[in-house]
Amino acid sequence: MEPASRLDNNHELAVKDFPYIIRWRDDRCTRCGRCTAVCPMYSIEPAVVVKRTLHSEGPTPEPKTTRRVETIVKQTTDIGRYCTGCGTCTLVCPNEAIEPEYNPQHKFNFHKNLGGHPYRRGGRRNDPAPSTLDRLRFTRISMLTDPALDAGRHEFRIRTYLGRVLPAEELPLRVENGRLELDTASGKFIPPVREIYPVIIGSMSIGALSPNMWEGLAMGITYLNEVEGMPVVMCSGEGGIPQRLLKSRFIKYFIPQIASGYFGWDEIVRTIPHMVEDPCAIEIKYGQGAKPGDGGLLMAHKVLKLIAEIRGVPMGVDLPSPPTHQTKYSIEEAVAKMIQSMSMAWGFRVPVYPKISGSRTAKAVLNNLVRNPYAAAMSIDGDDGGTGAAYNVSMDSMGHPIASNIRECYLDLVAQGKQNELPLIAAGGVGKKGNLAANAAALFMLGASAVSIGKYIMQAAAQCFGDEYNRCNVCNLGKCPRGITTQDPKLYRRLDPDKVAERVVEVYKSLDVELKKIFAPMGRSTELPIGMSDGISADDPAIAERLKISYAC
Amino acid sequence: MCRLAAITSRDYFSPMENVIALETMKEGHDGSGMGLILKGLGGEFKELKDYPVLSGICSEAGLKTLDDYMNKLGFKMKYTWTPKTRPVKGIESRDYYFARVYDYPDMYRDKPLDEKESLLMKTRLSLRKLGEKDESIIVFSFYPDILALKEVGDPLQLAEFFGLEKTSLKAKIILAQGRQNTNYAINLYACHPFFIQGYSTMTNGENTAFVPIREFLMGRGFPGYIGYNSDSEVFCHILHYTCRQLGYPLHYYKDVVTPLKQAEIEDRPDREAVTFLKMSLRPLCIDGPNCVIGFTPDGSCFMLQDTKKLRPGVVGGVKGKFGLMSEECGLDSAVPGRERSVDVFPMKYDMAIVTPDAEEVTVWNQLLG
Ligand code: SF4
Ligand code: SF4
Repeated sequence: MEPASRLDNNHELAVKDFPYIIRWRDDRCTRCGRCTAVCPMYSIEPAVVVKRTLHSEGPTPEPKTTRRVETIVKQTTDIGRYCTGCGTCTLVCPNEAIEPEYNPQHKFNFHKNLGGHPYRRGGRRNDPAPSTLDRLRFTRISMLTDPALDAGRHEFRIRTYLGRVLPAEELPLRVENGRLELDTASGKFIPPVREIYPVIIGSMSIGALSPNMWEGLAMGITYLNEVEGMPVVMCSGEGGIPQRLLKSRFIKYFIPQIASGYFGWDEIVRTIPHMVEDPCAIEIKYGQGAKPGDGGLLMAHKVLKLIAEIRGVPMGVDLPSPPTHQTKYSIEEAVAKMIQSMSMAWGFRVPVYPKISGSRTAKAVLNNLVRNPYAAAMSIDGDDGGTGAAYNVSMDSMGHPIASNIRECYLDLVAQGKQNELPLIAAGGVGKKGNLAANAAALFMLGASAVSIGKYIMQAAAQCFGDEYNRCNVCNLGKCPRGITTQDPKLYRRLDPDKVAERVVEVYKSLDVELKKIFAPMGRSTELPIGMSDGISADDPAIAERLKISYAC
Repeated sequence: MCRLAAITSRDYFSPMENVIALETMKEGHDGSGMGLILKGLGGEFKELKDYPVLSGICSEAGLKTLDDYMNKLGFKMKYTWTPKTRPVKGIESRDYYFARVYDYPDMYRDKPLDEKESLLMKTRLSLRKLGEKDESIIVFSFYPDILALKEVGDPLQLAEFFGLEKTSLKAKIILAQGRQNTNYAINLYACHPFFIQGYSTMTNGENTAFVPIREFLMGRGFPGYIGYNSDSEVFCHILHYTCRQLGYPLHYYKDVVTPLKQAEIEDRPDREAVTFLKMSLRPLCIDGPNCVIGFTPDGSCFMLQDTKKLRPGVVGGVKGKFGLMSEECGLDSAVPGRERSVDVFPMKYDMAIVTPDAEEVTVWNQLLG
C-alpha cells in the first residue's frame, strides 16, 4: 500500500494560478535535460515520481501492482520561480516535448508580492488590446484628381530635423545681388539642427542592455549611416557611453542621455576635449513612459566590470536614479539650466532636448520649452513605453497614452504658429503590435516630427520574448534568456552582435519601404507629412473627436 | 482638371482673349466657374491707378450694408464699373456685380503704401465677414489697379453673361481660370485666381499637403491668411509670405514650395541661405500635382510645377506679349504668331519668369540658383 498523503494543500498555489502552464509530453521527452538547464527561472525541474499500476491477468481477477520510478519534468508552484512563458525550453527542446501555454484565468497579481515586495518586472504595459495608434487608418488616398506616387520609382525624402528651427522671420538673411545670403555679421545665434531619419532607436542604456546587444545596435545604425546612407540615430539611455565610442567619429550617430543619476557623465565630460566629432544630440531624461515619476534602477547584479567603468561607480552595488533631478527645484531651473549647461559643454553646437513621460501636464512643459531658445525638441514617452525594470503597478497603471498627448502638444504649437520650431518626438508603444511603419506614420500625421522605438527593435532585432501577456519580462533580473538585458556572459554570449546589427539594418530598410508604401498612395514624398491630419481616420468616433481627425467606419 | 490662361502684354488687351484661350483648351464637363484677375487696368480705370478697386458681388441688402460700412470708414466712391449682364441659360444671375474705385479715407491719403495695404485688406476681410453667412456680400479683392470677376458657369457663357465682348474692360495682365471643381462644394471664395496685396496665383491640381500648409500660414499672425475654401489659395499666400513678408526675391518661391535635397543644395551659390530657409519653411513644401501661375506687384508673371507629378503648363510668346497656359492650344489662340519651337515647358527644377511688360521669358533653374 502507498502511504496516505495529506490532501489539504492549502496555502500552496495550484499550477492553474500561474500565468503560464507547462505542457510537457512524456511520450516525446527523451530526458535530455536541456529545458531544465536553460530555464531562467528554474520553473521546471527534473523530478522523480513513483507510478503505481494495477493489472490483472488470467480469467479471474488477481490484481497485481507494479511500482515504477520514473523521471519527469515538473513545473514548480513556487511563485518566486514562476514560469514566465518565455518559451526558451521549447526553443532548446529537440523533440517538441515542452511548451508553455498562456492561462487566461491566472491569479498571478494576487500572489506576486511575497515578503511585502510588490511585483517588479521589465517590458511594457500588459495590455494586449489594440492601442489607439493601431486604430488609425490612412484614408486619404490619392487617385485620379491627385495621382498617387510610385513607392518604387519616385524619390522620397523620409527625413526630419532634430533641433530648434528658427522662424524664417528671425533668420539672419539679406538680399545681395538678387540672392539671399547669410548675414554672418549679425551675430545671431542659429541653433544646431540635425537632419535624421525620423525613427530613432530610443534610450536603452548599456547596463540595461548587454554589451552584445548594445554593440549590435550600434553597429547596425553605423552601417545604416555609413553604407546605406540612412541617418538613423540612437539614444544611449542613462549611464554613459564607452570611451572608445565617445572618441570615435561614429559618436555623431548617438544621443548620449543624461538622467537624474548622472551616471557616466564624469567620464563623458572628461572625454569632451578628446572627442573628434560632436554627438548627434543630448537627451535630458526627466521621465519615462513606462514608469512616469519613478526613478531608474540598475540592480547590483547587473553592475559588473564594464558597467562600473562606464558609469564611474564601484562594481556590485545597486544604482538607483532618483525620480527627479535633485539639484534643481523648479521647471525653469530644471529645464533651462540643464539645457544651457549641456549646450555650453559642446559650444552650442549640439541640440539638447528633454524627454518627459506622457502626462496631462505635458503642455506646461512644452510651453516652457517653446520660450527657451536653446531647447532643441521635446520628446514625450507615452504609457506604452518599455523599460528594463519597474514596478508592475507603474507600468500597468501610470502615465498618459502617446496619441492624444502628442496631438494636444502639436495643436498647441500650431495655435502659437510654432509647430516647425520645436520638433516633437513621440515614443511609447510605437510598433507594439508589429505595425511599426503604420504607427510611426500615424504619429507624424498627428504632429510628431520623429518617433522613438525601443521594445520593437529588441523584438525585431534580437527576438526578445516579451509581450503584453507578460511573457518573459524578466529583464530586471539579469536573467534575460535572449542575452539582451543581462550582464551575465553565460547568457549574453548567446546573442551574436553581428546578427543583431544585420537585423537592425533589415528592419530599417523594410521600414523605409513600408513608409513609402504609406506616403506614396497619399501623394506625399517631398517632406515628411507632419501634421497632415486629414490623411488619417479613427475607427472610433470618440478617438476621432479627441484627436481632431475624421471618423471612418 | 482646371484650365489656366494667363496673358501678359505691353499693351492693353481684352479678357475675351483669355476666355477664348480657355475655350480652346476645353475638354469635357467644365462648368464650375471662371475667375478673372486683371492687373494694369486700362479703359476707364487707366486714370484711377492710384485708387483702390473693390471687386465683388452683392445682394440688394448686401449693397446697403456695404455702402454703410464704406461710408463709416470714410472711403469715398470715385467710380463704379458694373458688367452689363444679360440672361444666359444655366447661369444664375446675382443682384449686383461691381468693381468700385474708392478714394482713401482722409487720414490715410498720405500714409505709406504698407499702411494703406493693411487698411484695404482689413476692410476687405470685414466686408467678407459681414456678408459671409447669407452670401449677401462677396468680395474678391480691394487693391489699386486690380479687378476681379468670378462666377459659376461655363467660361464662354459667362463671358456672354458679363458682356465681356462689348465691354471696354482691358488690362495688361490677366489671369483666367476655368474651374473643374472636383473636391469642394461650389463656393465663389474657392474660385481661382486668388489675390492678396499685389500677389496673385492660380493653380491646376490638388494640394496633398494642404492641411499642414494652412495651419502654418494661419499661425503667421497675418490677418489675411484666412479663407482656404480651396486648397489652392495657400499657393497665393505662400507667394505673398515669401516675397512680401520675408522679402525674398521671387525665385525663392520655388525653393520654398519645392525644396531641393540637401545634396543638391550644396551646389548652389547661396547654399547656406537655402539650407536655412528650407528648414524654417518646411511646412510650406507642396507635394503636387500642381502647376502654379501667378504675378507679383512689379508685373512679373511666372509658372512653376511641383517636382514629381507635374500638370500641363507652357509659356511662350513674342516680345511684348506672352501667354502662360495649361495647354499649347490655348497659347496658340492667345499668341498665334510666335515661334513655337522656343516655347517653355517648365520642368521639375524650372521657374519660368516673364519680365514686366512682357519683355522676355527667362527660365530660372533651381539647381544652378
Ligand atoms: S517557458 Fe521559460 S520560464 Fe517557463 S519553463 Fe520554459 S524556459 Fe522556464
Ligand atoms: S527576452 Fe530578455 S529583454 Fe525580452 S522580455 Fe525576456 S528578459 Fe526582457
